[in-house]
Amino acid sequence: MNRLTADALVARTLIVILMALTLMPFLSMFTAALAPTGTYPQGLQWPADPQWMNFAKAFEVAKMDQLLLSSVLIVIGVVPASVLFATMAGYGLAKFDKGRGRWLYLVFVLGLTLPFEAVITPLYYEIKALGLLNTRFAVILPLIGLFMPFGVYWMRTHFVNVPKELSEAAQIDGASEWKQFWLVAVPIAKPAIMSLTILFFLWTWNQFLLPVVLIQDPLQRTMAGALGAFQGQWGTDIPLLCAGALLILAPTIAVFLIFQRQFVAALLQGAVKG
Amino acid sequence: MTSQTHTNGAAAAAPGTLRKPSWGSRKAAIVALLFAAPAFLMYAAFVLVPLCLSVYYSLLRWDGIGKARFVGLNNYLIVLTDSDLLQIIGNAFQLVLYFTLIPVLIGLAVAAVIREHLSGPFGTVTRVVLFLPQVIPLVAAGIAWSWMFASSGLVNQALRGIGLGDLARGWLGDFTFALPAVGLIGAWVLLGLCTMLLVTGITKIDPSLYEAARLDGAGPWQEFIHITLPGLRQELGVCVTVTVIAALASFDIVYIATGGGPGIQTTVPGLEIYRLAFAHRQVGLASALAIFLMVLVLVCVLPIQWLTRVKR
Repeated sequence: MNRLTADALVARTLIVILMALTLMPFLSMFTAALAPTGTYPQGLQWPADPQWMNFAKAFEVAKMDQLLLSSVLIVIGVVPASVLFATMAGYGLAKFDKGRGRWLYLVFVLGLTLPFEAVITPLYYEIKALGLLNTRFAVILPLIGLFMPFGVYWMRTHFVNVPKELSEAAQIDGASEWKQFWLVAVPIAKPAIMSLTILFFLWTWNQFLLPVVLIQDPLQRTMAGALGAFQGQWGTDIPLLCAGALLILAPTIAVFLIFQRQFVAALLQGAVKG
Repeated sequence: MTSQTHTNGAAAAAPGTLRKPSWGSRKAAIVALLFAAPAFLMYAAFVLVPLCLSVYYSLLRWDGIGKARFVGLNNYLIVLTDSDLLQIIGNAFQLVLYFTLIPVLIGLAVAAVIREHLSGPFGTVTRVVLFLPQVIPLVAAGIAWSWMFASSGLVNQALRGIGLGDLARGWLGDFTFALPAVGLIGAWVLLGLCTMLLVTGITKIDPSLYEAARLDGAGPWQEFIHITLPGLRQELGVCVTVTVIAALASFDIVYIATGGGPGIQTTVPGLEIYRLAFAHRQVGLASALAIFLMVLVLVCVLPIQWLTRVKR
């Protein structure tokens, strides 16, 4: 028993150290953000005269309001469609437990480990040919496609594991397949759909490569894409850069803190199943 | 009792086997395919078609505007022989050491000593804090750590604080230390995820196994080797897979923290594809490197999946 409590103490100390290491960069950015703009602050040092106005200045310089709107528009374009398509495909493909139809599922699964860099060059020329370059659709449409392997895999796994009795008991006699899907399958799959929504939201919001290549105007990009441009422009002014970076992070962190239980569950399951 | 359940089971199974399977028919198969159609169309249009185009481009010498010339497998030959490109591919493998080993080893250490569920407020706080790096964009991690590693940043400040000021330097601009520094950024991002995965995994191991081992006089190290490691096989597989992909296909962190420099010390394949295609206008070579990277990730990940697969 003694050994157990001693172990627990060691473990907790380890975890506290890990937490400190995790938080240190944020803390260091925070103190730097409060130093006078244009100066070179020290790594971790509470400024004599905290410049809270730096955040207001960074908000204005980064055009945060427009950035937020742009990111939200892209998320609205990507997430509902991706979740719907993935759920439908997962439902349909779960019907083919073995035999024919399985090849289609394998085609999706093949894309699971595909690095986005592997398709970014042709995507550029394809989007250009479609006349969508520098519009938000340049990011929205490819992202939906790129999310399909994981989404379909995730939803099919869920539907395959639903006990037959449960889905059969809930079947409605004479209802069309489409109705069956909406009234029976979707309600049963709610938790899986919720996790998938959270993961797609995060991956869209944080997507960097696609906006950087396909959208020139930072104000049309995602938050992450805009952050890259912000660094390029203000990289030498450390207090302003840190203030801007923290502001751009704030919405994500706020959403995360509110839904932390769902986020953590989704990320853990997402990793295991991915 | 047993015979009764048997007959019950047989009776229950009988109608099921007699009933025509609802999805056996051709019409049902078509309906199922229709459900998959929107997903497949988007996947085909924005993944499969570009992928085929990538393969096609990789056989060309093309500047993206003018006439393309067919050069066969020449671009792949360049990828496999050019010393710069080989160094860049080597960089990705060096990043694997940092992205994978550090989070997995630390995660294992924490999991092995804690071996219980992180419950209560302490557990919640731990989860929230350790998952923060997973939630923020990698770009933000890159910016935060560029500042940490800057000459007046926290890393140097700490070194000076403990009397090692001689070691202080601009880490990300240093020819020797830039790549390890980038590796540490990735380790920081992935550490929390791996730790939580392994801590969660260890709670699923049957505690009686440990009790039995202790009765047999096993020490902590033997427990770790014979119970903990095998019990965490699946979670370890997940950690290694996720982190290896993150290292080989890295882009965001490197783009922000170093831009690939100094020289090409921290350039990784992802960044080089971007540069070749959009700055140097060598679309063919960029595509060959892209296909190579895709295959490389598969070749590295499939054996891991194979080894850590849990038999059902």
